[in-house]
Amino acid sequence: MTLLISVFAAIICTVIWYKGAPKSEMKVGILCWMFWGSSLMWLVDAIFEYAELGAEYFTPAPADMLNDLFLGLSVVALGLIIWLVILLIKDPKGVVKAALFKKKN
Amino acid sequence: MACFIACAAEAAITTIVTKIVEKKEKEQKDLQVSFDGEKVESAAKIPFSRKLKWLNRMLWGGSALLMFEHIWHGEVIPYFPFLTAAANPEDASQMLREMATVGVSMAVLVTLVWLGIVGITSLIEKRAVKEAKENAANEN
Repeated sequence: MTLLISVFAAIICTVIWYKGAPKSEMKVGILCWMFWGSSLMWLVDAIFEYAELGAEYFTPAPADMLNDLFLGLSVVALGLIIWLVILLIKDPKGVVKAALFKKKN
Repeated sequence: MACFIACAAEAAITTIVTKIVEKKEKEQKDLQVSFDGEKVESAAKIPFSRKLKWLNRMLWGGSALLMFEHIWHGEVIPYFPFLTAAANPEDASQMLREMATVGVSMAVLVTLVWLGIVGITSLIEKRAVKEAKENAANEN
């Protein structure tokens, strides 16, 4: 479930990136690399787990599925927070800088 | 148990390599495509340091999210010894075995995918140069 959520997040981010390319004002590329990286890592994890459990891997207990769903959503939330922090620090549109140094009349 | 450490270790190495490569590439050189000795087209080639950053982002990003998963499962703790498996020798040996198998496989797969992306990018660059040459030839 975590792998699936991560893959969907990676696909959605890639589509958003492609729509805005070649401009990268929102730095969506960072999210793409992050989610694709984690998806590949979880894929390896899944392969090893499948090798151990066999077909049982595809029929998890409902409680495990729910836990994995929460984990997947939390992972996406964490990824978005990391991206947001990088976006605000790099501030490609200069919005933060403009807001901070705004002169009072 | 701690498979993400292998990827994080690779990420640390590739980040250092990126910094070194970046220093060497201080000035981005434009690739000049000449035809009959005259400069007719120019195309900017993607610096290798930028390509290395793609790998860094995949490795660091993936490791960060995987570390979160390990915190979720109680395998990583915020106090010494930080990895619950490191508390006793039996679990520690299992953890090391997992790092050597799952962790290394993760790092290898991410690197292979990155190599594939770099290969495809190089092909696109070559095609762009070829097209630029053909355009220049047609103009002459």
